[in-house]
Amino acid sequence: MSALGGVQSLGARSIAFVRDLGRFSVFSLRLGNAARRPPYRWRRLVREIYDTGVLSLVIVCISGLAVGMVLGLQGHNTLARFGATGSLGAVVGLSLIRELGPVLTSLLVAGRAGSAMAAEIASMVVTEQLDGLRMMSVDPLDFVVAPKAQAMLISMPLLSTLFVLFGIFGGYVVGVVVLGGDPGSYMSTLTDAVVFRDDVLGGFLKAGVFGLLVGLVATYRGYTALPTSTGVSAAATSTVVIASVATLIVDYFITALWGY
Amino acid sequence: MRESPRQELWVGMFVLVGLAAAAYLSIAIGNLRAGGAGGLEIVATFDEIGGLKPRARVVVGGVKVGQVKAIDLADDFRARVTLDVDEQLPLPADTSASILTSGVLGDQYVALEPGGDPTTLAAGDEIQFTQSAVVLERLIGKLIQNLGSGSSGDGGADGSDDAGGEAADEGGGAE
Repeated sequence: MSALGGVQSLGARSIAFVRDLGRFSVFSLRLGNAARRPPYRWRRLVREIYDTGVLSLVIVCISGLAVGMVLGLQGHNTLARFGATGSLGAVVGLSLIRELGPVLTSLLVAGRAGSAMAAEIASMVVTEQLDGLRMMSVDPLDFVVAPKAQAMLISMPLLSTLFVLFGIFGGYVVGVVVLGGDPGSYMSTLTDAVVFRDDVLGGFLKAGVFGLLVGLVATYRGYTALPTSTGVSAAATSTVVIASVATLIVDYFITALWGY
Repeated sequence: MRESPRQELWVGMFVLVGLAAAAYLSIAIGNLRAGGAGGLEIVATFDEIGGLKPRARVVVGGVKVGQVKAIDLADDFRARVTLDVDEQLPLPADTSASILTSGVLGDQYVALEPGGDPTTLAAGDEIQFTQSAVVLERLIGKLIQNLGSGSSGDGGADGSDDAGGEAADEGGGAE
């Protein structure tokens, strides 16, 4: 009987998962419609970009610098074995532009801004502010939720680009200034190795997709949170977990499909 | 809910800096050029291109003027390399192309050496004088072969040893 109970709970979980996925898709489409239709909330959007973009700037830039410095150090030590320390710029730049920039920025922003976004919407659910908006016949999806997702979509590529540039600078500081590499070959191998369509455009695409993903997951988790205090914390936690795992999985598929 | 102008200023600065960074990444690092890259396409046929790859540098006197656009096999089984160089560059018609290596094991690139012809290369023209890549393995192979024929020269040295022996014999005869 207990074996049967296990099978039953597995089935229940599967059904709940598929139902959740379907709700997420419907939510995403409704959000897309709300964002597309005329009452554009420019001022709300500016405020949300401030919250997600501007307030994430410091951690993104510092993290980018640190990641670039580590890449410079590791890359220098490995390349020194082959006497190819001149190629350090290509190693640091390509890994940042293709992978580390978009992915790490997405993970950071999911933790920093995504969780806050979900918690804010969830606490509005708990305190019935969204119901209050509905009573005034203001669509909360249009007024509260859509600008948040849009802000994430806009901020992510910009933050990712800054992450990459700070990383390249960090690699330069360690590889050239500290360890005494050649400054000219750092930049020339970098610009020779990087191709606009494959690398730079691919990186922008990744960052945009991750921005959309994190924005949708955060707003969905907040919007569908249970109206309790644990509902708020659960929304914030599950946003970080789901957005991070989804970023890493989606990253693989974009890399494979973009034809690197 | 009212936004302070300060917040709007920050957002404006954030977007501006982000876009500037994206432009820098695209143009300076990603080599994106407005109005098509290079512009002048010329062809050079080599017997052997070694490890030359598409997007390798094309230089004149060490200065980058373009890149390798495509490499394919010509009808006579030679390597047809399409070069994409700066269209502002008046390359003489008797320009020669050679494939060189930066450093001993570095990347391979195409070096153009302008001649003195007053007519210039136009799009689609073929460079007449080419020098193939030096393949290190083949060079080493030849070196080993030469050393091998050097050991048959050792046979000659043996002969001289014999001559020495004869001389010794002669010496013995003298005794």
